[in-house]
Amino acid sequence: MSVTDVGNEARKGWMGLLARAPSARLAACLEAVGAMPGFDWLRVPEVGGVMVRGRMGGTGAPFNLGEMTVTRCALRLESGEVGHAYVQGRDKAHAERAALVDALMQGDRAGELRAAVLAPLQAAEAETRRARAARAATTKVDFFTMVRGEA
Amino acid sequence: MRDDVLSGGFAEAPVEAARAFRVALEAMARPGTIHTVSGAAAPAPVSVAASVLLLTLCDRETPLYLAPGHDGAAVRDWVAFHIGAPLAGPGEAMFALGGWDALKPLDAYRIGTPDYPDRSVTLIAELPDLEAAGARLTGPGIREAAFLSLPEIDAFRANRALFPLGWDCFLAAGDRIAALPRTTIVEAL
Amino acid sequence: MYVAVKGGERAIDAAHEWLAEERRGDRAVAELGLDQIREQMSLAVNRVMAEGSLYDPDLAALAIKQARGDLIEAIFLIRAYRTTLPRIGHSHPVDTGAMRCDRRISATFKDAPGGQVLGPTFDYTHRLLDFKLAADGALPEAPVGAPAEAPMPRITEFLNRDGLIQDELAGDETPPDMTRQPMEYPANRALRLQALTRGDEGFVLGMAYSTQRGYGRNHPFVGELRIGAVEVEMEVPELGFDICIGELVLTECETVNQFAGSKTEPPQFTRGYGLVFGQTERKAISMALVDRALRWQELGEDNLGAPAQDEEFVLAHADNIQASGFLEHIKLPHYVDFQSELELVRRMRAAAGDEMREAAE
Repeated sequence: MSVTDVGNEARKGWMGLLARAPSARLAACLEAVGAMPGFDWLRVPEVGGVMVRGRMGGTGAPFNLGEMTVTRCALRLESGEVGHAYVQGRDKAHAERAALVDALMQGDRAGELRAAVLAPLQAAEAETRRARAARAATTKVDFFTMVRGEA
Repeated sequence: MRDDVLSGGFAEAPVEAARAFRVALEAMARPGTIHTVSGAAAPAPVSVAASVLLLTLCDRETPLYLAPGHDGAAVRDWVAFHIGAPLAGPGEAMFALGGWDALKPLDAYRIGTPDYPDRSVTLIAELPDLEAAGARLTGPGIREAAFLSLPEIDAFRANRALFPLGWDCFLAAGDRIAALPRTTIVEAL
Repeated sequence: MYVAVKGGERAIDAAHEWLAEERRGDRAVAELGLDQIREQMSLAVNRVMAEGSLYDPDLAALAIKQARGDLIEAIFLIRAYRTTLPRIGHSHPVDTGAMRCDRRISATFKDAPGGQVLGPTFDYTHRLLDFKLAADGALPEAPVGAPAEAPMPRITEFLNRDGLIQDELAGDETPPDMTRQPMEYPANRALRLQALTRGDEGFVLGMAYSTQRGYGRNHPFVGELRIGAVEVEMEVPELGFDICIGELVLTECETVNQFAGSKTEPPQFTRGYGLVFGQTERKAISMALVDRALRWQELGEDNLGAPAQDEEFVLAHADNIQASGFLEHIKLPHYVDFQSELELVRRMRAAAGDEMREAAE
């Protein structure tokens, strides 16, 4: 059950989704899944700062923009899978749930978790983004020419 | 990264790191005193004492040099997961870990500058044993004299001569630590 | 004579308790929740995050509540909290080109691909007080349209294609971090941008305004201003690959500045750059103007002696926490210092009196 079997790309996808998900929504999805397996901590949830970098002119050399709060943890399920989480904010329960899902996605229950947790989170995120983009779209300016000056 | 290097950190980092820091402080403030620590285990050959010191003193902003014998995939991965310290050569390191002879040559390390004497290395030397006998120690933090089983005398005397520049040194053996700051005067008995 | 005194603990405790009561205000009025501050005072939250240099809307809301709305005090609280956080790492530079824009405008190209998207802006409001807000008015839903699918390329890319704008060379060197090493002058551009993005909005605005009024004029246009969400990615050593750890709202401003050329550079457009946490466009535009003014040396321009060209002056005074710390400390007890001044003045007066008497005799 090594990490490489899962496919790093897929794992990258769900770890990002879990990090961006609102904590309450993730908790509600996991509630529906039912009892969680036991686990040992490899790294208890820890709140820290990550220095966010930008690029000069958007594309140039990097510079330090400022920090963001991040909570991380790592755990090992009784069945051996190791789950990691790096989650924006200071919510330790959010990090724990994200690491649990990460670990469970590497085992037999991946299908169940995908349907009960990842799919609804994905749909909710897409809807939130669509709703903002739809509002932005109505504020796009339509220019029309009134008079064309000919000198 | 291998899963087995993910264990061996503090179970309750804030409390254990605070306790260990107090011990490290005490050891450095009272050169020659020997203290016992517990709670961490890096992959072999790193001792419990050195593991505790690394977890307590190092972070991702303290370049760490792993001397031959201590430098290996398992130790590197353990450092990456639990500490995040960037690995560096002896010339850039703020901490250096290894057996006494493996840490040499000692003039390769940073000893600070007259403006910033603190920009120097702290050595963590792994010894087979540590006991309160051997070299005679005097100086700040020592009431009259202390005795410690040092791996050698000359290097510490030469370091003392550089004061206020120079390196500081933790000595680790199993779960025991002692320390010698650059201020301690070392004499053979 | 030196007399050490101690005391005031009781007075200080009482002051803190009264402060807490005053913070709460009239208890007959409902207490503010952090979620209310976060959602309804979001631009104040953004300013506290930007100048506190820590992106965490809930913490910024708490700081604003605790500081009774004094934003500089709130920024101070955030800065103090920030120092307690272990540094977990640094992100990859964010890709603002991939921003999901709420707003994106250009003052230079009307027909830019992706269009002019106004977003939730104050720009075209009439600045008339809306008394409906005082009366708990019902809010109509904002209209929705079909979300744009097309990407929004950078405006400066068009100019860059023709070589008309000075290139921004990508690099991957580790930028200096003023939160880790003390500032040293001359600073490079990376350090200047870090200092400006967390600098006081009023100060940076004033500096930028001074360049527009002629003190180091550099003829800026807002090439592009965009506000929106970007994902933050970082490398995680235990995984061996990069993951997204969250999402930030940023404001980015790129100015295009007329440039007649110098001994080292051909005539072309040059850039000023602003990037700030949150929806903070006044700050981002100001930052871009000041960034451009501070680049006089690398572009081979003349030093006109303008305040905004003086790197040490700008960077050393941009930080409102440093400034207010030093400024406000003079109201704290200086009894001993003042006692010695008092004695000095008395001695000088006595000496001057003696001299005058001697002269008169």
